[in-house]
Amino acid sequence: MKMTKFAAVAAAAITVASPVLAELVFPSLSYRTGAYAAGGIPFADGYADYFTLVNERDGGIGGVMTKVVECETGYNTEKGVECYESTKGMGALVYQPLSTGMTYQLIPKAAVDGIPIHTMGYGRTAAANGKVFNNVFNYPDNYWNGASAVVNHMLELNDGDIKGKSLALVYHNSAYGKEPIRTLEILSEKHGFKLTLLPVDHPGQEQKSQWLQIRREKPDYVTMYGWGVMNPTAIQEAANIRFPMENFIGIWWSGSENDVKPVGAAANGYKAVSFHSTGSDFPVYDDLKKYVVDAGKAAGAGDQLGTVVYNRGLYAAMLAVEAVKVAQSIHGVKDITSVMMRDGMEALVINEEIMTAQGMPNFGPTFTVTCENHGGPGTVGVLQWDATAETWNMISDYKPTDSEVINALIEEDSMKYAAENNIELGCK
Amino acid sequence: MFYREAGDFKTSYSKDEQTFPIKLDRTGYYAVMLFAFCVVPFMVNDYWASAVLLPFLIYAIAVIGLNILIGYCGQLSLGSGGFMAVGAYSSYKLMTSFPDLSMVIVILLSGLITALVGTAFGLPSLRIKGFYLAVATLAAQFFLVWLFNKVAWFYNYSASGQISAPERTIFGFYITGPNTQPAVAYLFCLAFAVGLAWVARNMTRSNTGRKWMAIRDMDIAAEIIGVNPLKAKLSAFAVSSFYIGVAGALLFSVYLGAAEVGESFGMSKSFLLVFMVIIGGLGSMFGSFAGAAFMVLLPVLLKNIMVGQLGWATDIAAHFEFVIVGLLIVIFLIVEPHGLAALWRVAKDKLRLWPFPH
Repeated sequence: MKMTKFAAVAAAAITVASPVLAELVFPSLSYRTGAYAAGGIPFADGYADYFTLVNERDGGIGGVMTKVVECETGYNTEKGVECYESTKGMGALVYQPLSTGMTYQLIPKAAVDGIPIHTMGYGRTAAANGKVFNNVFNYPDNYWNGASAVVNHMLELNDGDIKGKSLALVYHNSAYGKEPIRTLEILSEKHGFKLTLLPVDHPGQEQKSQWLQIRREKPDYVTMYGWGVMNPTAIQEAANIRFPMENFIGIWWSGSENDVKPVGAAANGYKAVSFHSTGSDFPVYDDLKKYVVDAGKAAGAGDQLGTVVYNRGLYAAMLAVEAVKVAQSIHGVKDITSVMMRDGMEALVINEEIMTAQGMPNFGPTFTVTCENHGGPGTVGVLQWDATAETWNMISDYKPTDSEVINALIEEDSMKYAAENNIELGCK
Repeated sequence: MFYREAGDFKTSYSKDEQTFPIKLDRTGYYAVMLFAFCVVPFMVNDYWASAVLLPFLIYAIAVIGLNILIGYCGQLSLGSGGFMAVGAYSSYKLMTSFPDLSMVIVILLSGLITALVGTAFGLPSLRIKGFYLAVATLAAQFFLVWLFNKVAWFYNYSASGQISAPERTIFGFYITGPNTQPAVAYLFCLAFAVGLAWVARNMTRSNTGRKWMAIRDMDIAAEIIGVNPLKAKLSAFAVSSFYIGVAGALLFSVYLGAAEVGESFGMSKSFLLVFMVIIGGLGSMFGSFAGAAFMVLLPVLLKNIMVGQLGWATDIAAHFEFVIVGLLIVIFLIVEPHGLAALWRVAKDKLRLWPFPH
């Protein structure tokens, strides 16, 4: 194995005639400490492991080795700024901060530095409008798709009529949790359901009053935009008031093993929307075991494989690697820069063929990124937790969300941003 | 030997009352100023500005403010995070409502608005003291954070509740927004820090400062000798909040560029500022700077050593950082409860006698 790696590096050095030291740098602003570590660790592990796999198995991307630079943020924006400043000079190709607050901070900075940002399923939703947000991508899904998917699932359960029903949104009282409110408000007008907003303050261990209110008002459905310790607390509280779990639907950040396992059997039937598959039943896991885990190169403790958020990290890394490949073929250069990376991300096509080739068949939705649409297809599936088998089962395939409502909101919010910041619209 | 008063003749009262009575201190001070204003701006890069210098200067301003309240006037406050939020949100509202207003005026007005809010929350200090006052100011912290989350007018009805600083220039240079040159942002904050520290230093040596200290040392005695506790306590709250508000405005507009109240101005910020005051030294200007430097620089330094030099895993390094910083705080408080400023004072006293200590 070492020989193949050496050979690959040597081959790359000869064919490209670039220095062997050339590296594709992917900073990982991770948080392995603090109240949100339960989500931060598996994502960072998955992200790092996939790049290790690409290095070990394929000898890098197009012959150029990858390098993941980790920087601990603790989900704190001030540390995030420090991390961004300390890593951007290393040739960073793309930032995936895994924090909505940090994303808001990085969007203007990264635009000036010419580094793309990929916020997969989080961040500023309006960034889906590539005309305004030239260097920010949030394919394949954003918060508003998630909110709409929850409403669609309610519609599905009620044969298309949810007039008079009620939905409570339990959300992290931050930029992240507030993102879906506008969308849900418009959807509640459109479909005639009643919306109750229940903010939960950082870090989210205090939710007694919110769930007391749910107990009193008895909403038909509860949806949650939570992260970190807030998730298991909420599911536990829901179990305590005997809220029917099948009517409790979380966003994808509230749907991992860490969130339901502490509650045990009572969490059975809890649902979460998702934009990628779960479990370790994919060919890529054989490669991961062979090249990464058994070789002792797994990131972190190496115990996160197969969990939902680990898979999300893998998926994020896979999309980044595919974008690098596209960028390499567009520009004919192997050792690409962040500006080329942006072009690669904008021309990214993910189809079944590509996912299968990476050992991840049917892992996520198929989509094409364009200059106008940085947000992907916005198709969302629904998962349900089976507490006895301890697995997430996909109960609804990737289905389209209410693009009419969402696109209008994206247009409105992004244009407001463009006007505030004097941004010239791109994509002519 | 060389560090002593002898031979440095003062021929006027103003010379006798100057801040740095020893010549070496004076020259040292001017050298630091020269270095900070004329050398650093040419060396500073993005990393140094945003990871080290800007947070240091901004926190130093806030710590001076809190030191006036805790260290000089003896009123314990745990609401400084909330007051920083007032400064930040006032600057945001001012910047977006009056786009042509100069940033200097925006920052100073934000400070004034915070001073008003701080005075209002300082009113209970006339009746309650000590720990009970700390709890009352804690209420300010929670109320202000709740307010800025609840009332959408403060964040201009943005969908996410985030506030983002629009681009503003000063003398043609960008001072907020992503195009800001690190040197410009640094000089801007430095000018505020130095100017405000100078004012604070002189205020504490004046009539006002002596009233604060009288209240701190024994409020009944102070009242008997003619210090009006209403004026003294409320002026301390006002001045302190002004400083904290300016720091909050700078933190949001120049340093972070975007903020949300719960995350940037939460409870932990209040505690951080109190730690800085205690570690630096209660009632000392030098201590305010030293405390801010200690709490801002040490984590960055430790991280760079452990992750950058030793190549440790980031999570282990982060945990060790907590352990080391925590341990140092405990050791400091045991060995020198009066903070870094007292250490500095002891060192200077020893130096005065050196090399003949008897």
